[in-house]
Amino acid sequence: MSRFAVPPIRPEIDRVLPPFVEAPVERALPLATRLWQQEWLRKGLILAVLALAWEALARWQDNDLLLPGFLATLSALADGVASGEILERVRISLTVLAQGYLAGVALAFGLTSLAVSTQFGRDLLSTLTAMFNPLPAIALLPLALLWFGLGTGSLVFVLVHAVLWPLALNTYAGFQGVPETLRMTGRNYGLTGLSYVGQILVPAALPAILSGLKIGWAFAWRTLIAAELVFGAASGRGGLGWYIFQNRNELYTDRVFAGLLLVIAIGLVVETVVFASLERVTVRRWGQVR
Amino acid sequence: MTLLAERDPVAAARPPLSVDAARAPRPLPAPLLRIAGVSLEYRTPERVVRAAHRIDLDVHEADRFVLLGPSGCGKSTLLKAVAGFIPPVEGTITLDGAPVRGPGPDRIVVFQEFDQLPPWKTVIENVAFPLRAARGLGRREARERARATIEKVGLSAFADSYPHQLSGGMKQRVAIARALAMQPRVLLMDEPFAALDALTRRRMQEELLALWDEARLTLLFVTHSIEEALVVGNRVALLSPHPGRVRGEYNCHDFDLSSIGSRAFQAAVQRLHGRLFEPAEAPR
Repeated sequence: MSRFAVPPIRPEIDRVLPPFVEAPVERALPLATRLWQQEWLRKGLILAVLALAWEALARWQDNDLLLPGFLATLSALADGVASGEILERVRISLTVLAQGYLAGVALAFGLTSLAVSTQFGRDLLSTLTAMFNPLPAIALLPLALLWFGLGTGSLVFVLVHAVLWPLALNTYAGFQGVPETLRMTGRNYGLTGLSYVGQILVPAALPAILSGLKIGWAFAWRTLIAAELVFGAASGRGGLGWYIFQNRNELYTDRVFAGLLLVIAIGLVVETVVFASLERVTVRRWGQVR
Repeated sequence: MTLLAERDPVAAARPPLSVDAARAPRPLPAPLLRIAGVSLEYRTPERVVRAAHRIDLDVHEADRFVLLGPSGCGKSTLLKAVAGFIPPVEGTITLDGAPVRGPGPDRIVVFQEFDQLPPWKTVIENVAFPLRAARGLGRREARERARATIEKVGLSAFADSYPHQLSGGMKQRVAIARALAMQPRVLLMDEPFAALDALTRRRMQEELLALWDEARLTLLFVTHSIEEALVVGNRVALLSPHPGRVRGEYNCHDFDLSSIGSRAFQAAVQRLHGRLFEPAEAPR
């Protein structure tokens, strides 16, 4: 290799391209690949494998008192549904949950709106979340029982505590992440105040708000079941947690498993049906989330 | 080099609709947009920085007025001040004789960034939304006007697509359509084509000139490309950096895309190039 190497001069090439007909420009994926791209199929497979492993373990263990199998649990669940008892328990739990969740969401939006508009609101939000977010909601239950008595009031109080802080933190982070250009565009239209928050900030921060709603939902659901386990015994008509507690005392282990299965199933349905649909028609459609 | 010499606010004759009329030696009409003695500052945690110092510029009706300068000359800051996002520390900005007090729909901005389009609205909703929010048009009227404007920028086939499904050039076309539909007094463009590839940029410049020719908008256009300034503008204000001051105002209404490569165009480029890269004078 010489330092003064000169690239050779080659003749120019100039060809007229005929229309391309040798092969199709695009073709469909094979059926197996397309099926594997279906999320529900992959997730259903995971669930089926888990159920199979459970059933196999239960049969090998062979002790219905300690570990009833998947099929035994399903039949206990079917009995409970048929008698209407378990559905009534679910209804009670979900009613309380809805009250606490909605109250928590409303408070969180109030607090974050204050935080985006004033310096004092920001300090208030960051101080309160730093104080209360690490505090387990269930730890407040004895206090709540003292203040609100044995009943829905106490449950709603701990639920609000479970939802409010994580949602407020997420929503505030989402508002802060809205690009400056988008903010200026909104102000350029002459939007101010609530219409600016509602038309620009909330939709732009929706990925963060949705993830806050999801975390809040999970916190609320687990707090509710735990709270019912603790003090449901004292109240006359308990929810799903009380159902689990009561049946464990009476050593109906298959019903305990049926109750737990229902807790998991409701969580799965809310996550994959409610929140996934919400995401599909909003943030995924808008390309904010892949 | 024609520096802005005569300025007569009393002569409020009908502003000329074409740039050729402005060449005649008659008293100038009142400018549409007057930037008078405007200084701009921005604040960092440590210090206050003067971005622009005592800028005087007059933009007339149907002008394609270009702010040209290196980075740090405060041209984007000046545009944002005209848009009302940044208040000047001294001087005044007046539009149609009324001082600019804040952002408003009579000065629509086309930004460089692609995220200026709300991603949760389709192309047609993006164009129709400000018509409803700021102009108070009805749903159907807004959609009709939006559809007509989208057709002008050649995006009819994509009216129901979301911004994330469009290429960069198409997003900028939507932003331009949105601004056109609003029929602002001044259309402010902050390096709108800087993030595009060279071929798309060339086509967008051509389309912008065609749109101007049709609607005779008033443009205030920020760029750091000398060629783009000469092609797009009819008058170029050259700003010097640190802080931004007006180095001169030059006419370039004779140039369009077909004059690139011509001797006169190259000479104009060289002249601006020389003024952009002249050695800095010793501070007085």
